[in-house]
Amino acid sequence: MSARDNILKRLRERTDGPLTAPQSDFAVVTGRGWSQQERVARFERWITSVHGEVIHTSRDDWTATLAKLLEAKGIRRLALGREHPVAVEARAALAEGEVVLIDADRNIETWRHEQFHDTDAGLTSTHGAIAETGSLWLWPTPDEPRLLSLVPPIHIAVLDADTIEDTFFDVVEAHGWAGGMPTNALLISGPSKTADIEQTLAYGVHGPRELVVLLRHAEDRP
Amino acid sequence: MSASEVQTFTPREFHRQAHDALGNPQIRANFRKAMDGLMAKRRDVFSDWDLETLRELGANIRLRALAKLPDLLERLETNCQANGIQVHWAENGDEACRIIREICQRHGAKAVIKGKSMVSEEMHLNAHLEEAGIEALESDLGEYLVQLNEQTPSHIIMPAIHLNTDEISDIMHAKTGTERTRDVDYMTAAARAQLRERFMAADVGISGVNFAVAETGTLCLVENEGNGRMTTAVPPVHIAVTGIEKVVEHLRDVPPLYALLTRSATGQHVTTYFNMISSPRKLGEHDGPNEVHLVLVDSGRSNIYQDDELLDTLRCIRCGACMNHCPVYTRVGGHTYGTTYPGPIGSILMPHMMGLEATKDLPTASSLCGACGEVCPVKIPIPDLLVRLRREAVGEGRGNVPGAGVKRTKKEVAAWKGFQWLATHPGAWRSSTAIVGKLQALMPSKLGPWTEYRTAPKPAKVSLHALVKQHKAKRHQVEKADGEERS
Amino acid sequence: MTPVKLYPPKPEKVYFFGTCLIDLFYPEAGMDGIRLLEREGIEVVYPQAQTCCGQPAYTSGYHDEARAVAAAQLDLFPDPWPIVVPSGSCGGMMRTHYPQLFAGTEHEARANEVAGRIYELTEFLLHVCQLRLEDRGQPEKVAMHTSCSARREMGLGETGPALLARMGQVELVEQARAAECCGFGGTFAVRHPEVSAAMVEDKTQAIEATGVRRFVTSDCGCLMNIAGRFEHQGKAVSGEHIASYLWRRTS
Repeated sequence: MSARDNILKRLRERTDGPLTAPQSDFAVVTGRGWSQQERVARFERWITSVHGEVIHTSRDDWTATLAKLLEAKGIRRLALGREHPVAVEARAALAEGEVVLIDADRNIETWRHEQFHDTDAGLTSTHGAIAETGSLWLWPTPDEPRLLSLVPPIHIAVLDADTIEDTFFDVVEAHGWAGGMPTNALLISGPSKTADIEQTLAYGVHGPRELVVLLRHAEDRP
Repeated sequence: MSASEVQTFTPREFHRQAHDALGNPQIRANFRKAMDGLMAKRRDVFSDWDLETLRELGANIRLRALAKLPDLLERLETNCQANGIQVHWAENGDEACRIIREICQRHGAKAVIKGKSMVSEEMHLNAHLEEAGIEALESDLGEYLVQLNEQTPSHIIMPAIHLNTDEISDIMHAKTGTERTRDVDYMTAAARAQLRERFMAADVGISGVNFAVAETGTLCLVENEGNGRMTTAVPPVHIAVTGIEKVVEHLRDVPPLYALLTRSATGQHVTTYFNMISSPRKLGEHDGPNEVHLVLVDSGRSNIYQDDELLDTLRCIRCGACMNHCPVYTRVGGHTYGTTYPGPIGSILMPHMMGLEATKDLPTASSLCGACGEVCPVKIPIPDLLVRLRREAVGEGRGNVPGAGVKRTKKEVAAWKGFQWLATHPGAWRSSTAIVGKLQALMPSKLGPWTEYRTAPKPAKVSLHALVKQHKAKRHQVEKADGEERS
Repeated sequence: MTPVKLYPPKPEKVYFFGTCLIDLFYPEAGMDGIRLLEREGIEVVYPQAQTCCGQPAYTSGYHDEARAVAAAQLDLFPDPWPIVVPSGSCGGMMRTHYPQLFAGTEHEARANEVAGRIYELTEFLLHVCQLRLEDRGQPEKVAMHTSCSARREMGLGETGPALLARMGQVELVEQARAAECCGFGGTFAVRHPEVSAAMVEDKTQAIEATGVRRFVTSDCGCLMNIAGRFEHQGKAVSGEHIASYLWRRTS
């Protein structure tokens, strides 16, 4: 018999007999009932508590905010997709500027060295966020591959305020994740960090040193 | 670095290793400081949660997964395969090592980069691969430092917690040529640069798994550094290795367990990354491995599974809270245990993996203070399981554990039989306590190990039994006198 | 964690289970517990046939022996009165582990019934007697070490401190890492003497650092351990069972 069959047989022919599976009550991880305003506030509080940066902006004007951000951070080479509206708008706005736009929708094998060594930042869209933990959720695509949010030293993520939901559980349930998972699904809460050297926090150990969230609101905020 | 140079500890030498650790002020200070910090952070991060209800749910989810374990493993396999993930089964660590080595060899791999995986530590995978001429490099910063120092992890979540900044600086200086410094950012940046080159050059990435979701065929990895994402996305081949108990039924089972795991482990409300992998690179996708393998390892787990009480051991989600809160672990550190998993969880798990003969001092290395059980996010009754393994060791259990009965000696059995006889013969009990009291002047002032550190208590001249008798007689007289006065 | 317990009204009679450590080494602590109960107008019945709860054999893995010893104690409490135990360790054994030990045996029902009547002394004084205390002692700072069994197995981390709070002249000072084990652990202190010694050393240092000259505890195992360490070092910090402390200052 194969290892598989042996293992399954031992599990099925359990000495103490079959086990009864209990029912689960998930109330404790859902039903927060936060208002939109509370969600935004919680999201911002939690993600900034782990060194994430949040910049409020508007749907209409966000690319100007992006341009300012790139300038302030000295970002000269920005990797981004080409199809997602976030990438399309960013490209249009930055077309005339000095920032070099790097196509992210290429087989990694063709530009690995460039991505690891010559890219200052990666720009991605997000599907939404989680208020309770200050987490972004991303389902990388061919247009915005998974390493785009990991390899460059700065990750700029564009988030719409009205896509923030209460809890991780709520997101999994509301969006029917169990019905079809992508190759890679990610929660990102802050920049890469470690405390492996005597509990001292240090950022950017393997992934980005900085995570900047451009938080887009539907209308202009005072 | 060859396997033979690795600093080795063994559970057989628990006492000697404990003696050494207790005599090492640096080790003592490093662990005390780290554990105090971790306990405080955990307390704070749970302060606004209904923790009991959440733990109840966590325990319930894990119990449900175990109740359906064989079915869920098959479902996991079917769904992984449907997604393009290749599934392998291994009865033990050696088999798992062989499977992993063969996958590496099929790809002509010379260099493997590893994300954190305790199961791979369990089977000594690095040494196995190195013997086959495949270099295995750890990429979690703590694991990397420990590997540079030719050691094994001393904690399942924070592998280098036994080292302080100066020691780490010395290690990095000696092994990688960095400057000697106390600047943690500098050392972190240096490690980043060193490891990035290795990620790009690696032929295979090997990771562990925190939760394997049967419903969707998804492998979940929890981390802060991003090395887990690198390991599972940069090399062309990804091999995930995990114990068969890590499976959960539904995707919705994951959020509560993740909430419990990060808060219990490091007191974080969330980790930087939660990485969910459901397939290799699909047609049209531009990065990620072309092959993903899942290796399911038994290594004694299906044996633990047989017994209703021992089964609770398999609920563990490997958060390490039990060691963070263990007063014994805090004093002696992780290496003293000489096992892959140290601390309370190790003491209830390793006897199944290594046998009670090799691990006989572990179940007794606890004052049964209950701190581990109190903080366990899935409510494993760790103290009860320690007692159960003590029972197995003295040959009183049901003999499911390898090496059961190894500590049974005629002398000790006779002593407990004597205790039983005395404690079930009240008359003899009373006379013997009275005798001990009368002989107190003759009691030796040294009573073995106890009196090396403490003054021995003096038996009372008159026992409580006798005092109560006198007291009752006096009260009776007083009451009688009261009664006579009144009449 | 013990679920919230509904406490009965103050009864006329209670059983007192003195524990073997108190019987042998600290009988006055047992007597002081009895005196506190009697002062509340409760008749205290002390079954003379009591010996030991069986815990040493139980935690050492000798469950047949533990069961035989425990079975002998089950017979001692025929009437439905509460059973008061001046120790969280023995109390925890009787409340929590008796039902486990006798599950599936002929004594199961009786073990469960007895377990349901077990009260640790400070728990009983606080929640059942609603003890009022008139402190006649000098003003004093004192530290308390609550045993791990009382704190975690019985869920009684607050009862001792709550009683001390009713003492007008006593200020309870909390030592660092108050909830941490003192290192006694019964046979643990013998099987792992060096680790146990490191633990009790830290405990005595934490108590000493508060500047108190006295500590109290509700368990004589911890008392023996902590006070024994202080005495061994010739330190001027003395320990006392909380029953003795309360009785001494209020009688």
